[in-house]
Parts: sequence; C-alpha cells; structure tokens
Amino acid sequence: MFDGYTASQLMSIFAMQGFAGLILFSVFLLMALGLAIIFGQMGVINMAHGEFMILGAYVTFLTSNFFQSNLPHFFGGYFFFAMAFAFLAAGALGYALEWVLIRHLYRRPLDTLLATWGVSMILQQVYRSVFGAREVGVVLPDWLMGSYQVTDMIDVPINGMFVMALTATITAAVFALMFRSTWGLQVRAVTQNRVMAGAAGINGKRVDRLTFALGCGIAGVAGSAFTMVGSTGPTAGQLYIVDTFLVVVFGGAQSLFGTIASAFAISQSQSTMEFFLSGSMAKVLTLLTVVGILLLRPQGLFVVKVRK
Amino acid sequence: MTTNDFLLSVEGLTVSFDGFKAVNDLSFYVDRNEIRVIIGPNGAGKTTVLDLICGKTKATAGSVAFKGSELTRMSEHQIVKAGVGRKFQTPSIYEDLTVFENLEVSLPMARSVSGALMFRRSRSVVERIEAVAEEIFLADQLGKRAEYLSHGQKQWLEIGMLLIQEPELLMLDEPVAGMSVSERERTAELLNRITRDRAVIVIEHDMKFVKNIAHKVTVLHQGRILSEGDINKVQNDPKVIEVYLGH
Amino acid sequence: MKSHTTLPSRWSYFLGDMSERIGLLLFAVLILVVLPLGLDSFRLNNAGKYLTYAFVAVGLVLCWGLGGILSLGQGVFFGLGGYCMAMFLKLEASDPESTAIQSTPGIPDFMDWNQITALPWFWEPFHSLPLTLIAVIVVPTLFAYVLGVAMFKRRVGGVYFAIITQAVASILSILIIGQQGLTGGVNGITDLRTLLGWDIRSDDAKTILYFVNAVLLIGVIMLARFIKNCRLGRILVAIRDKEDRLRFTGYDVANFKVFVFCVAAAFSAIGGAMFTLQVGFMSPSFVGIVPSIEMVVFCAVGGRLSLIGAAYGALIVNYAKTLLSESFPELWLLAMGALFIGVVMVFPYGLAGLYEQYLKPWVAERFRRRLPAAEPVIPPSAVGQ
Repeated sequence: MFDGYTASQLMSIFAMQGFAGLILFSVFLLMALGLAIIFGQMGVINMAHGEFMILGAYVTFLTSNFFQSNLPHFFGGYFFFAMAFAFLAAGALGYALEWVLIRHLYRRPLDTLLATWGVSMILQQVYRSVFGAREVGVVLPDWLMGSYQVTDMIDVPINGMFVMALTATITAAVFALMFRSTWGLQVRAVTQNRVMAGAAGINGKRVDRLTFALGCGIAGVAGSAFTMVGSTGPTAGQLYIVDTFLVVVFGGAQSLFGTIASAFAISQSQSTMEFFLSGSMAKVLTLLTVVGILLLRPQGLFVVKVRK
Repeated sequence: MTTNDFLLSVEGLTVSFDGFKAVNDLSFYVDRNEIRVIIGPNGAGKTTVLDLICGKTKATAGSVAFKGSELTRMSEHQIVKAGVGRKFQTPSIYEDLTVFENLEVSLPMARSVSGALMFRRSRSVVERIEAVAEEIFLADQLGKRAEYLSHGQKQWLEIGMLLIQEPELLMLDEPVAGMSVSERERTAELLNRITRDRAVIVIEHDMKFVKNIAHKVTVLHQGRILSEGDINKVQNDPKVIEVYLGH
Repeated sequence: MKSHTTLPSRWSYFLGDMSERIGLLLFAVLILVVLPLGLDSFRLNNAGKYLTYAFVAVGLVLCWGLGGILSLGQGVFFGLGGYCMAMFLKLEASDPESTAIQSTPGIPDFMDWNQITALPWFWEPFHSLPLTLIAVIVVPTLFAYVLGVAMFKRRVGGVYFAIITQAVASILSILIIGQQGLTGGVNGITDLRTLLGWDIRSDDAKTILYFVNAVLLIGVIMLARFIKNCRLGRILVAIRDKEDRLRFTGYDVANFKVFVFCVAAAFSAIGGAMFTLQVGFMSPSFVGIVPSIEMVVFCAVGGRLSLIGAAYGALIVNYAKTLLSESFPELWLLAMGALFIGVVMVFPYGLAGLYEQYLKPWVAERFRRRLPAAEPVIPPSAVGQ
C-alpha cells in the first residue's frame, strides 16, 4: 500500500496522520482510563461508558451555545467551563447509576455487561428524545482553529495539541490520585481485600460509588474532546465502546501504563492506515491486529505474573 | 537408592513471582504409601508447592518426577491422569450438581468430549458411587444439591471426589480447617482409612492431627526446607522452634 | 436414592423427563398447529422469522446457560449461515439471461454496480446446493472452532471472551459493509427469488418453509436436550461452577468449551440459513454488535437454563419488538433497555424461571388434588427403563 510514495513523503504522511490521530488517542485514553479503573476496582463492565462520553459531548454543545448567545465575549474560554460541566454531569449520572443499579452487581461482570447495555439503550433513547436524532456539532473558538506549520508538508493541528495536553494533565492527575493520595490508597485497598479494608475502617461502598462516578466523569471529559473530532449524536457513543474495551484488554486490564500504550498504538495505527485505505478497512485491520495479538497473548501486553 | 525408586521426587524446585521466590530450590522425596505432612508458618510456600506439583503454577526451575515421568512439562489434566489428586483449601465442589452427580463427574472415565456424549450410567457406576458415598458419610445425601451441604460435608464430598479417582498420590490442603470437633474426628478416621494404599501429602496446622497421621514431616520456611524427619525430631529442632516461637 | 438406582437409556435423553416432554409437546403443538391455523400467511412468515432466532437462543442456553460462556458474537454465526444460503440463492437469481443488461452478465447485480467483472473465487462453491448446505454448517462451525481453540486453550474466558466475540462481530459487520463489491455491502444480498427453480416468494413456499423451519427447530431442541441431559451436560454445569476442580479431575476443559461453542455456532447458522430462505435477503444488520447482544436477550428473557424457554423468548421478544416499533418506535429502545436490566436484576432465569417458581407448584398442586393416586413427578435421571 506504500507504492508510489517516496521515503520523505511517507515520513510526512506518518507524521501528519500521527498528529491527526492524537485526538482519537485522547478520546480512547480518557475513555479507557475510566473503564479500566471501574473494571479493576469493582469488576464491573460498563457498556454505557460511551453514553457517558456522549453526555459530556452534549454538555459541551450546550455550553458552547450558551456562551455564543449570552456571553459572546468569553466564547474563547467556554471550552474550559464545558469540560468542568461535562465532568460534573457525567460524574453525577454515574454516581446515581451506581446507587440505583451497579452496587447490586459487584463481581458479576457478565451481568453488569448486560445490565449496562440496557442502560446504554435507554440513554440513547433519552438523548434522541431530548436532543433529536440529528447529529450536532460545536463551534470551536478561534484560538483552537488552524494549525502550526512545522515543515512545508507537516501541519500540527492546534486543537489536537490542546486536547493532548489536556489528556496528559488528566492522566497525570488520575495517576496522582490513584498512587499518591490517601483516597487512591483506599481504592487499592478495597480492590485487593474488601473485607480487610472494611475492618481497617474504609467505607468500601463509598469508595466504590466515588470510583464509578470518577470513571464516568472522565468519560464526560472525553466527550468534550470528542466534539473536536466527531459530531455528536445519540448513538455515537456506541461506536467507541468496543474499541475502548479492546484498548483496555489489549493494555492488560490491571496496568494504567499499558492502557496508555495500547490507546496510543491502536489510535495511531488506525489513523495512519486511514490515509492509505478506506476508513472502514483501516478499522477492520486495526481491530483484527488487536484481536490477533490478544489471541496469542491473552493476558494483554503489560501484566505482571502473580500467584492467583 | 536412586530417585526413581521414590513415587515422587522433587528436585531444585523454584518459582518466582515478579522477583519474589515463593519456593526456592526445594528438594524432597515421597515414598510409596508414605504419609507426608508439610507444615510451616503462613507464607512459607506450602500451598504453592502443591500448586507446582499438580501443575496449577508453572515452575521457574527444577523438576517434579512422578513414577519416573516429569510433571512440570505436563498439563493439569495429564497430571491427574498420571495419578495425582488434589484437594483444595476451601471446599471445591460443583454446587449446582447433586452429590451423586458430583461423584459421577469425578469418575475416572469418559473424560473426553466424545466419551461424555456416549457415556451411559451403568449398574457398576451406581454401585461404585454409592460405595464411596457410604465411606464419606454422605450415603443418604446423594440426591441433595451440593450447595446445601454443611461445610464439613462439602469437605468430605471433595475427598470422596478424589477417592473415586483412586489416585496414587493424594494431596490434601488443610482438610480439617473450619470443621467442628466431631467432624474433625470423623475426618481423621476417614483419612486414616483412605491413606492406606496410597501416598499422601497433607498440609495441616493442627499438631494433634499431624501426630496422629504423619510418617514424616517437612517444615517449610520462606520457600525452603527448614527441617525434615519424624515428628519428634522436627518438634525438637531448634531452628523450627526459633521460627515458630522466636522473634 | 431411587432416582439413581434406575438407569436411563441414552435415547431418553432426547426427550427428557415427563415435564420436559410435556413442555416440548406443547411447544410443538403451538408452532406446528396453533400458529399455522391462527395466523395469515404474512404473519406466519413473520413468526417463522422470529423462530429462526430461537436456534440462536437454544445454542446460547447450552453455551451460556449451562457452560457459563457468554458469547456476544452469535450474530456472526447466524450471519455466516445466512450469507452462505444467500450466496447460493443470489447466484441462482443471477443467471446470464436475467442479468443480460449488465456489463458482465452472470454475476450478482451488486458486483456489476461495483465494476467487478468476474465472480470472486469464494463465490464459486455456491453454484452447488449440496456444497452450500455443507457450507452453511461447516463455515460458521469451523470459524467458531478456530476462535474457540485460540481462546479456550489459552484460558481466555468470562468477560474477555465476551468482549473479543463482540469485537469479532464488529469486525465482520464492518468488513461486510466495506467490501461492497464482494458482499453487497450495507444492503446485503437482496432480491433472492428461487431455490432450484422453486419460487420462494410465493405464499405456498413460505408456508412450506415455515414448517421446515419449525421441524428443524424441534430437532435442534431435542439434540440440545440430549447434550444437556447426558454426562456432557453435567460437565458443562461443572465448568460453570468450578472450572479448576474439573481440570484437576483430569478433564481437558478447553475441549468441552470449544465443543459447546461450535454446537451453538452450528445452531445459529441453521437459523441464519432459514432466515435467508424465509425472508428473502441477508444483510450485515444481523451480524454486528447490536443484533448479537439482542440474541442474548432473547435467551435471557426466555430463561438461560431452559431450551424451550429460550425458544419462547425469541418468539415473544421479537413479537413485542414488531408490535412496539410499529406503533411506538421510541418506546422500543426503552423497553429493550429495561428488559436487559430486568433479566439481570429481577428475573435472572427468565420466563422459564418464573414458571418454575410460581406456576409449576400451582399446576402440580392442581393435578395432585384431582389425581390423588397419580405417580409422583419422575426425577430427571430416572427417565427411561
């Protein structure tokens, strides 16, 4: 598929597509972080995670509209508010869902998978009733538009760099929260031994609920990022859920570092192949490669050997 | 005596989890019809040794020879077919099947897909199962779903599921843990009976129970053998006393 | 203990115990007599369509209900079976005379629209009906075998298996949609007319196909019942309960998982082929993630442990879907979502479980009062003799 390109052209194509893939990488990573935390912590497979992302996207859309009509002077800064609102909205919905449904289903991953699929269908219908079946797009503020020209063949899109920086910040924050804070210590304690953690005075239920809400909140932020690459519709979230789960499994479900690496590998290979092949074939090839590697190495790319 | 004369020869067995050596260069030998008890403080690697022998955990180095064949290269079901049976620490039975069905599934026959499809319950199968049920005090519970058994009965059922396979080497991980006093006594009696014609490796903490059945005791500490010999020798070994009572 | 001292004959496994026999009889009467008499030809054809999903649901009872292996990719096998059948019918509909106006006569119309000038190699076998019928079963089963061996031999199970099968469903549907020239793309393979010259679009043909489908379904249920009732069925339950114990009892567990996954795939494939025959087309909308997970709900609603229940589940959920999406399309997704949550939270064993719990004791009570001298209910393992 590389016929007819010179080496330098190929280099430029890879670089361009690589930068173009950064937003996809960010969306994958933010989604996968939430999923991995929730699965690792509670053994819950959240099939409605895509709908939480889309909720974030709708909130971003609403915020953008609000700023456009009421606060046009501050439009340049709306995105930061949108992200905060998206995080809060998705987190609040996650908190409620945990209380109504998820807490009854801990450690029954197959059941959570089916039940949350039901939740995702209901949310899709709610979005369709509230926002309409048509897809909506947001207007980006001027400073996020355009690109920075590195060479005469390579453009770096500014929104991509911005989302990338944002994702890096959030990822670092999640790491700090999980591995440096007292709360993270509690989460890890509950994950390893719920009974002992309870005996040590940790309120496992509260930890669970906040963890779930946090995972969903991050998905909401992913939704904000998503508005820059795709248009928001009721069913848009479903398109990402399988890919994101593959990201999590591929990275090794227990390893946050693995999640980052696999999100990068999958988004970049898809983005790069899209230049040479049709979008659908790029996706097929990427997924096939991932599934193929998983069949050879089912434990994912990064796992440590432990006694079970 | 060459190593082949033993039923089980464990030599240089080592396994490391992420750098931590749970079992470290371990060697011991078990004779035919010998009852060996492994004791040791928590985290000494007792259960891991059983895991290594029955193939649940793969060894990093070393060998486990059983009747001259190397177990470390075999898969779990092949090891079982070679004659090694294993009871787990918590009762491991099929809760959704009846006691009869639990024993029937454990029969050492029709263990392939086609065999299972063609299997037919015969008179001799029923009699064999009833005999084992008698032995494990569950003769009047055959039709009961296993999940409704008491904890002690579940332990007995799992022992019965191993008995019906007639293994040459039986490995029991804390067979009396969590049992009432009367259940303990019946279990000791049961074990004394069933250990007659086979080699047995038992992990147990209850010293009274150990004295009762052990031919030879191996004391593990931090993945290595601390002491080995008959029960009196081990109990008077200063190193053992240090580990259990010291610090 | 009486139940264990009687020895069942192997043939009795096909029918099950007395209540299972009655259940099967009632189901057979429903689909072979009541529905054909009560429904007009159009609605009977619809019912036949729903019953093709029952093949999938019955396979899922074995695989998921008994064995605990949740596949979210059964649409793949349904689709492969359906596509194999559709390819044969499409080739028959694309003979050189009827396609004379194409730039390449003799190939399916969608290939011609996509500037393909020769039949792709993998279409060639589908000129022959015997080869097609073999392919309907063998292609999906072989695919399941490869997937199953790759995953189960490496101990991939539980949610990982579910997610990978879902990814496979996603891949196959994207692939079919993307390769329009080879597969008919998003529209699928349409405009199927005759089977060896016999017009399958006529009312008579549809009625006959309905009966073929119904009889096949009953056969599949009996076959599944054999597997459930023989030793293998108990081994599957043991796998669901304590896979490790079984492994340390000397079983190669992966072989059993591969077997039951293949059986479920083969059943789904028969359903898919019968779908194509009765409905007259096949498309990627039956292959992807959404249809595959819906098939799980058919099984769950009917009861994941009951073969007959699963068949009813397929019938009822699809009937409700048609009813609701005709009159209140916006309600359908909500209802379906609620069903998913309901079968997990409220009635995990589906309609069959509700029947066992509430209706059966009541029925048994009724019969005992009327027939005081009747034999007690025969336990499952005592059947035969």
